[in-house]
Amino acid sequence: MDEARIARRGLGPRLRLAGGWLLLALLAAIFAPLVAPQDPLAQDLMLERLPPFWMNGAEPGYWLGTDSLGRDLLSRLIFGGRVAFVVAFAAAIAACLVGSTLGLIAGYFGGWADRIISRIVDIWMAFPPVLFAILLVAVLGTGLSSVIIAIAVIDWTRFCRVIRAEAMGQTRMDYVENARIAGYGRIGIMLREVLPNVVPSIVALLSLEMGIAVIVEAILSFVNLSISTDDPTWGGIIAEGRLSIHQAWWVLVFPLITLILTVLSFSQFGEALKARFDPVLR
Amino acid sequence: MSAACLDIRNLSAVLANGQRVLRSVSLAVQPGEVRALVGESGAGKTMIGKAVLGVLPSSVHIVEGEMLLEGEDLGRLQPKARRTLIGARTALIPQDPLTALNPSRRIGPQMTDRLVRILGWSGQRADARIRQLLDEVQIRDPDRVLRSYPHELSGGMRQRVLIAAAFAAEPRLIVADEPTTALDVTVQKQILRLIAQLQREHGTAILFVTHDLGVVAKISQKVSVLYAGKVVEEADTAALFAAPQHAYTRALIAATPRYTDPLASLKPVDEAVLAGLAAEIAAAEQAWRPPHG
Ligand SMILES: Nc1ncnc2c1ncn2[C@@H]1O[C@H](COP(=O)(O)OP(=O)(O)OP(=O)(O)O)[C@@H](O)[C@H]1O
Ligand SMILES: [Mg+2]
Repeated sequence: MDEARIARRGLGPRLRLAGGWLLLALLAAIFAPLVAPQDPLAQDLMLERLPPFWMNGAEPGYWLGTDSLGRDLLSRLIFGGRVAFVVAFAAAIAACLVGSTLGLIAGYFGGWADRIISRIVDIWMAFPPVLFAILLVAVLGTGLSSVIIAIAVIDWTRFCRVIRAEAMGQTRMDYVENARIAGYGRIGIMLREVLPNVVPSIVALLSLEMGIAVIVEAILSFVNLSISTDDPTWGGIIAEGRLSIHQAWWVLVFPLITLILTVLSFSQFGEALKARFDPVLR
Repeated sequence: MSAACLDIRNLSAVLANGQRVLRSVSLAVQPGEVRALVGESGAGKTMIGKAVLGVLPSSVHIVEGEMLLEGEDLGRLQPKARRTLIGARTALIPQDPLTALNPSRRIGPQMTDRLVRILGWSGQRADARIRQLLDEVQIRDPDRVLRSYPHELSGGMRQRVLIAAAFAAEPRLIVADEPTTALDVTVQKQILRLIAQLQREHGTAILFVTHDLGVVAKISQKVSVLYAGKVVEEADTAALFAAPQHAYTRALIAATPRYTDPLASLKPVDEAVLAGLAAEIAAAEQAWRPPHG
């Protein structure tokens, strides 16, 4: 009990920092046309490789500098956030729905259902995930929906494994047995008695998965397999920044920082939410 | 004579490896009666309760015998009809009040759910009923309790809640599986008294599982003594204490600590008695053949 309370107190600033960053990035992405200082696609060779605002030679209005085509970096990061968040939410929710449902069924029903689902998970996990993603997108064709599908198809196993183990532990609990005695059907028990107890884990995994989806999307953009339009993506910006690292380090460093902050925030936010959802820790 | 509330006849159950955990158990609980089931740890007391309630672990199989709940043979019913019958006529008061309550659901919905969803009561009627039962188990602040999560209540409170829940749907038979073992000694007495009181008022038959002969003497009218899955003696409670017939029962009574002289009376069951029992059971095992090969 004490331990829980200590953990709970420690979560305060963590939740606020992570949540704050995510909220800021999300709002910026949603209202990108309003908050971005420049047009993210506008090239201006007169303004190429401007440094960030505190360095000599910076131009007002170009806070984080420009890339080698003279495009405003901050505006590109803000617009890139749109792709990142759409992929994060859509892919993570899809993976969560599929994985959690199968995990719940495997863990709660056991027997044949469990054997079949677990075997599929084992086979799935034998593929290296990033290679799997690249392969899938190559097959599905580039585009936002392919990226989302690829991530969901690969990462549902994360949810499945964890939720299966938790649901399995639940079936040994006396309240599940009590519900059997009372005459509830199996599916009713699964939804009413087991599911509420695995929700905290689902929430934490969901948030973590959003961070992972952001990374995978960035990797796919980096190898030029994500959305094929000119819309900026964080991975795409990183790829461009890598080419001009010696002339303009900021084009590489700022998107990296953005990416890392976002991914870390998702995972921290998930942990904090998990504690929030858990009545014993609350 | 009316049908027994619970009538177990010649029940045997085996594990996957063929080992018998219940050996031709017969016992009956008459309507409104408390039958104690005593025996040491591992004797199979919980197994009998689970068999009656239809929640045996999947590794345990019933190979012979009948269980009649108010005259209905559970073995002959379709699974769904059996579940419905057991759900309507029985309830369990479990050993560990913490794990018997769902940690992520509030007490109120957990208690009313069964009345509403299984028995089809209106929410209002279920709520009123639960409050009445909470009053009977002497919970004075039902609003707080109903709003609480299980971990916010003490062990004794949780057990009261479970007792109230068990009696709420007016079952004919309650299986109480060591309902006081997980509680501390001062609370044990109160809980025992509550169960006895509600049992009298509601006229519910109870199969009361315990390893404590002191508890047996306080609460039951009949006793079955179980050893290694076999009923070695059954009798009226008073008769059992006055004149135990089986050597194991005598040894068990002798081994029970008395408050007057706790240390002197703490002695293990006599070795010779156990050796005799082992031989008796081995002989029975030799003679026993599982039905149908
Ligand atoms: N899930 C299970 N699968 C297989 N065997 C089991 C299982 N649970 C218990 N057993 C075995 O069945 C026998 C009877 O166990 P049971 O739990 O009924 O004993 P008990 O009399 O209730 O003991 P206690 O006083 O410790 O609760 C024991 O030998 C035990 O090892
Ligand atoms: Mg037991």
